[in-house]
Amino acid sequence: MAAARRKRLAVWKFASCDGCQLSLLDCEDELLALAEQVEIARFLEASRATISGPYDLSLVEGSITTARDAELIREVRRVSRALVTIGACATAGGIQALRNFKDVREFASIVYATPAYIATLATSTPIAAHVPVDFELRGCPINKRQLLEVITAFINGRRPDTPGHAVCIECKQRGTICVMVARGVPCLGPITHAGCGAICPSFARGCYGCYGPADALNIESLGQAWLRAGVPRGDVMRVLRSFNAGAEPFSKAALDYEDDQS
Amino acid sequence: MKTIKVDYLARVEGDGALRIRFRGDHVRDVELRIFEPPRFFEAFLRGRSFGEVPDITARICGICPVAYQMSSCRALEDALEVRVTPHIDQLRRLLYCGEWVESHALHMFLLHAPDFLGYPDAMAMARDHREIVVRGLQIKKAGNAIVSAVGGREVHPVNVKVGGFYRTPAREEMEKLAAQLEAARDAALEALERMARFDFPDFNRDYEFVALRGAEDYPFIGNRIVSNRGLDIEAAEYDQAFVEQQVPHSHALHSTVRGRGAYLCGPMARFNLNFERLRPLAQDAARRARIPLPCRNPFMSLLVRAVETVHALDEALRLLGVIDWSAESSVAVRPRACAGYGASEAPRGLLYHRYHLDDSGRVLDAKIVPPTSQNQLSIEHDLRELAAQMVRLTHDEATVLAERAIRNYDPCISCATHFLDLAIERE
Ligand code: SF4
Ligand code: SF4
Repeated sequence: MAAARRKRLAVWKFASCDGCQLSLLDCEDELLALAEQVEIARFLEASRATISGPYDLSLVEGSITTARDAELIREVRRVSRALVTIGACATAGGIQALRNFKDVREFASIVYATPAYIATLATSTPIAAHVPVDFELRGCPINKRQLLEVITAFINGRRPDTPGHAVCIECKQRGTICVMVARGVPCLGPITHAGCGAICPSFARGCYGCYGPADALNIESLGQAWLRAGVPRGDVMRVLRSFNAGAEPFSKAALDYEDDQS
Repeated sequence: MKTIKVDYLARVEGDGALRIRFRGDHVRDVELRIFEPPRFFEAFLRGRSFGEVPDITARICGICPVAYQMSSCRALEDALEVRVTPHIDQLRRLLYCGEWVESHALHMFLLHAPDFLGYPDAMAMARDHREIVVRGLQIKKAGNAIVSAVGGREVHPVNVKVGGFYRTPAREEMEKLAAQLEAARDAALEALERMARFDFPDFNRDYEFVALRGAEDYPFIGNRIVSNRGLDIEAAEYDQAFVEQQVPHSHALHSTVRGRGAYLCGPMARFNLNFERLRPLAQDAARRARIPLPCRNPFMSLLVRAVETVHALDEALRLLGVIDWSAESSVAVRPRACAGYGASEAPRGLLYHRYHLDDSGRVLDAKIVPPTSQNQLSIEHDLRELAAQMVRLTHDEATVLAERAIRNYDPCISCATHFLDLAIERE
């Protein structure tokens, strides 16, 4: 047999909305070709057949919120040659990491009459807090072009090309006029990681940071600009404490803007 | 008997488990356990500003984010006494059409059809029936194209806000969609014809169907909730008419009609309660496919989804022709202390939201009832009836049958698909 063995891909889900792994199925034009190139060996959302490990590449969606998941992720790491997290849940803990700032028992009692039945940890943590991660793809949700880039890069043994600069650069690239300069709309673009293609400003709204912190960023000066534009302190805190609340630059800076409601 | 906790930790993978207990050949009880880890949205929404709610609640489900955005906008606009313009209503309908098409196509072609043709998944099915998968992806892509054009991206659109949209999409971009939608509509009609020839298990139950009823149109966003047993209420009366209960065996809450019990929402309920509001093209297609009216066979929900896909594509094409692409994209919204209620038809069924706000527009209390928890009891009842057949099957065959019965409901991808850890206990 001359042909090399097809690389095996696995997709795993922890606490999440499924939006990131759905991005794989949203590659309508590439899906069937991809399935020929790589063996999609485990993708529970799409298949009843699962082939047990090891896997060449594991894509992991979701954050760790239960004791069982904390065990399972170690198992996943053990059977995966490369492990890539996809999306803000897996990379930063996701929106559900807002529990980290509150008492989770109180949270459970708001939603459930008998919180004792609910199996959950006090925190929602990113995958990298539990096992070594080879690459983290940003976004809530991830961008499907970037996902394809990551898969191709890993099966060909190279680093993915996903720039770590700010969303601002993407606005310049697509020729969107700055919403902050032109119309005074508060925008997180200057501190948010690129990857989406600067969607929000092209829809006349400010970026709300769903790709998490850029590699180089000055949150303090942007925060000042927001306050000068009349944004209440607490709103600055809340926008930092959302889909990437657990990403360290955001979680640290958010403390500077707490108000009486936090 | 095993305790729930041990059982739960003992499982290696999967977020769902089904336990059926028999005494002899008689089914004693059926428990469908959904252990999707809870994410506590209703709790952390407290203290957030009303303007953030559509973006946050979208993250409950990546397959139907538009539904969460629409129900939350509707409830918050009810609270804040905002009336959106007919233009905004039309744009929302168009966006919602896209989500139905995308979500239904995903379920029909990639998850449900392989059950009928005997494949473990769509990739395996594609080896023998490539045209079915290609057609499905084409339809799905058309739905996604609508959501992206109106909302900015397929998953968690960014253009939606309380009071309308950040901007009205550009005419040129929207007009480009027409040819793609027409082709997808043809593909959906063909797919319905093909799927109508599948073998459907002979299984019918007498459900209470619950859905919104539109004044004239097939329902997307609405205010009247009706059933085939005489329920006819406003969204604001939801909490009086329905009860949500926690059961020890599941993280999904169970809903019932107060005083009556299980009910069913989703495509079959909408179809049975609003058939004459479907676009004429979709009504004709349903008749040609010989879908009974009312349809009481949950396995036939596959065909009903195909009919709704035809409807949504046809409705989207109609909307493309009538929307004024220069109209204002939103109306002004001012915070005040208040309560509001809203409902819309997610691809999987009725999605109810309720909010209380303080005078600065912060959320004091939120309640969200997704279709999956409303249908969970009906799924268990279906399984109970099917369990009688399962005694005579091998364990693998019984698992396939149980999974199929659950998949009929498309109960959100994470717990919908191939997850079952089936335990059959005999006394
Ligand atoms: S990162 Fe966002 S889109 Fe991805 S799974 Fe988490 S909530 Fe969903
Ligand atoms: S502009 Fe910002 S908030 Fe909008 S999609 Fe991109 S990263 Fe997310």
